[in-house]
Amino acid sequence: MLSTLCKSSIRPSIYRTRWEGLSSAAASAAKATQNNAQETSKKPQETKSFAMNLFRGKAVLDQVFPYPLNLDSDRKETLQMIIGPTEKFLQEVNNTDKNDERAEIPREVLNKFAELGAFGALVPPEYEGAGLNNSQMAKLAEIVGAYDLGLGVVMGAHQSIGYKGILLYGSEEQKKKYLPDLASGRKFAAFCLTEPSSGSDANSIRSTAVKSADGSHYVLNGGKIFISNGGFADVFTVFAQTPIKQADGSTKNKVSAFIVERGFGGVTNGPPEKKMGIKGSNTATLNFDNVKIPASNLIGQEGEGFKVAMNILNNGRFGIPAAMTGAMKFCIQKTIEHVTQRTQFGKKLEEFGDVQEKVAMMLARHYATESLVYMLAGNMDSGVMDYQIEAAAAKVFASECAWTVCDDAIQLYGGMGFMRESQLERVLRDLRIFRIFEGANDVMRLFVSLTGMQHAGKHLAQVAKEIKSGGIATLLSELTKRVGGGNLGGSSSELVDPSLKDAAAKLDACMMEFGKTVEKLLIKHKKGIIDRQYELARVANAFINIYAMAVTLSRCTYSHKHKLSSAEHETKIANYFVEIASRDAMSALKVAQNGHDAEQALIGSVAKEVLDNGGLVQKHPIDV
Amino acid sequence: MSLRILVGVKRVVDFAVKVRVKPDKTGVVTDGVQHSMNPFDEIALEEAVKMKEKKLASEVVAFTLGGPKSQETLRNAMAKGADKAIHVEIPEGDVAKVEPLHVAQAIQKVVEKEKFDVVFVGKQAIDDDASQTGPLLAGLLDWPQALYASKVEDGGSGTLKVTREIDGGLDTIKVKLPAVLSADLRLNEPRYATLPNIMKAKKKPLDKIAAKDLGIDLTPQTKILEVAEPPVRKAGGFVADVPELVQKLKEKGFVKG
Ligand SMILES: Cc1cc2nc3c(=O)[nH]c(=O)nc-3n(C[C@H](O)[C@H](O)[C@H](O)COP(=O)(O)OP(=O)(O)OC[C@H]3O[C@@H](n4cnc5c(N)ncnc54)[C@H](O)[C@@H]3O)c2cc1C
Repeated sequence: MLSTLCKSSIRPSIYRTRWEGLSSAAASAAKATQNNAQETSKKPQETKSFAMNLFRGKAVLDQVFPYPLNLDSDRKETLQMIIGPTEKFLQEVNNTDKNDERAEIPREVLNKFAELGAFGALVPPEYEGAGLNNSQMAKLAEIVGAYDLGLGVVMGAHQSIGYKGILLYGSEEQKKKYLPDLASGRKFAAFCLTEPSSGSDANSIRSTAVKSADGSHYVLNGGKIFISNGGFADVFTVFAQTPIKQADGSTKNKVSAFIVERGFGGVTNGPPEKKMGIKGSNTATLNFDNVKIPASNLIGQEGEGFKVAMNILNNGRFGIPAAMTGAMKFCIQKTIEHVTQRTQFGKKLEEFGDVQEKVAMMLARHYATESLVYMLAGNMDSGVMDYQIEAAAAKVFASECAWTVCDDAIQLYGGMGFMRESQLERVLRDLRIFRIFEGANDVMRLFVSLTGMQHAGKHLAQVAKEIKSGGIATLLSELTKRVGGGNLGGSSSELVDPSLKDAAAKLDACMMEFGKTVEKLLIKHKKGIIDRQYELARVANAFINIYAMAVTLSRCTYSHKHKLSSAEHETKIANYFVEIASRDAMSALKVAQNGHDAEQALIGSVAKEVLDNGGLVQKHPIDV
Repeated sequence: MSLRILVGVKRVVDFAVKVRVKPDKTGVVTDGVQHSMNPFDEIALEEAVKMKEKKLASEVVAFTLGGPKSQETLRNAMAKGADKAIHVEIPEGDVAKVEPLHVAQAIQKVVEKEKFDVVFVGKQAIDDDASQTGPLLAGLLDWPQALYASKVEDGGSGTLKVTREIDGGLDTIKVKLPAVLSADLRLNEPRYATLPNIMKAKKKPLDKIAAKDLGIDLTPQTKILEVAEPPVRKAGGFVADVPELVQKLKEKGFVKG
């Protein structure tokens, strides 16, 4: 519904291109993950996704409760064995400060890391990988994130996106040919999507790959920018437009994905970009000049590249929250060391209420993020497919929590926090990019809202259709829903540990309000909702908070069930987090429902006046 | 040479863990505490694996006497290069009662069953610091011993040349095989277990033998009366200069005059 909307004739064509990317990202991700037989039927699809259902006003908690983390003893043992060596490597071999200072991670260090098996974590052993599952991989990413986010990006750009396309969609021949070298770190991979004129709007890329007349190969031309590992990678997953014959005989450009080797010829890269953070990670432009790609190096089908790109990103997305969890742990540890030692006004910093509040908030943010990481990874490991909204929400939440936690840590360090020596300033610089790449957070928020609303809108339309055509049962259930003030069809209160009952009631209230808000907005704005970014951003914020609450309560309940010695303490953190997050969610929903037209009008006109003016409009109070 | 080497490895509380005494003072808390392979055993294992890589040895077998959880230590040993492992199993609850003599007796039984040319152990375990397993075993087997090895080389004609760190210098000895060796800290730097090798180790054989089937007597010979935290160190103070330091030392009676 929303994806067809942007193509409707009343919209200026500039809108068309601007929006196609985002809404078709939503649509293709939704399609790819709801891979059931219903795809062809007209009825909107049913899914067990918490997010999808919540947008319809339903609390479907199957994928949230019980907490899905489930590592058997063999997998735990493997993890246990690799944690020690990984930490040792990060402490003794890799030098984070030096990497930052020299803006490079030496190849010998990467080779050592490769020996550990860190570059082939998810690859099955038959292709020389470690055969870890997502939960194990998350723990590894968490540890790396605690020590060196730059190295984390090298690792992520290589295996979470660089060669993920081969792992997910590659043919048997492609896997056999490429995975062993990549998993063992003998070769490195990079993911090449972004171009000078195409970032968030990934569907608008201009690189082209044209098939040769004899069909034996494609010829790739184009330029990519900001490519992590771009300066030294040997194997690239490249996205480019391929002309595709339509049924009516015309041709249309569609994105396709290819495996490109540096050795094919015509592949060159620019110098390493000078960056704010993650300096150890190499970022470079890439140029493809008449690169001959064998036809057999197409990943998936021609024209499916956009879907491939979105699903690679979707599949690897939990890696960012995992690394963020580690980074937060580092900041918290540093904070504990400082506030328990530093005395001012005759007291240790830890004794001041304001300091305690900052610490408690850090703990809550870390706990919620950690809970999200193993919720996502656990669900993926148990075969859940429709997690794209949840993963996007976790990416936004985690990267922003980490930023705030690090910022608060620096604040509590005072002047020392500003100094290199504290290492916190480096972490802050490193963290900044996580809110931008792999989906800018603002755009991810729109993705969350639009994907959810698209799903809800379909169902709403279906309901309207059924009522129109005399569906008495539908009408009755809608009436009871409205008269009774809504019916979530599920409640977290019944699923949580007794110590979390009050918090669960707050969550339930937020979920109820969320469904109402979405419905109101859809009825009010109909297809026009797509342009209501003020409302969409707030709906996303509310969803992100709600999901984080649900996941936190589930994880804490799990801790009680498994009789962890910290369960009581965790209850306090969870209750505190829900207190704050439910307040935020409710307030975001209220603002979204209201729409605050006057405020929106001010936003629009103030911004426009200055942007049109090309500079500040106001006169300086000292008018000289 | 193509020696068969048996390496004793013990599961101990990880060296980085801050050990806590149980409230009832019968021992230290081990539940939910990070454990790993005794670092000196890691060194012994590394040397054995190196000897195999140098074609001095043909096979490296890891051995442990311990509870079900010590299987993890054996797998780790195989991930680091041991070819197979022998687990003499006792109930997890009995682990704290095991003494060096029991381990030495168990190894003796294994060595009597299968032919080994070298038994390599750590010079001590970092939990009880007993340093007894090696010498007791040498006594039981009536084999020569080369303890606290800091260098191991082929000595020619069925011997090993072993360098030992002793007070004031190095002691180089030649031992006739079969022999018992124990590893000192500076013998080598143990390698990491890597993910690919951890995966391969899952397929290596791990023989389990119940302690009672070996016919050894595990009755403890010692009784633990009490385990206590070391007394807390009192906070120190700063002195401005050397004369003040000397003054303070005199006041406390540490320096005469
Ligand atoms: C260090 C680094 C490493 C990177 N690594 C890779 C890599 O390995 N491979 C790769 O392909 N790319 C990579 N990128 C590119 C990265 O993914 C893009 O920078 C990112 O997707 C954002 O695109 P953009 O920079 O073009 O920003 P734009 O798309 O121009 O967006 C800029 C800002 O505009 C706003 N905005 C954009 N669209 C909307 C909208 N629809 N509604 C409201 N606001 C909007 C948002 O605030 C957004 O942050 C990397 C970038 C960096 C900096």
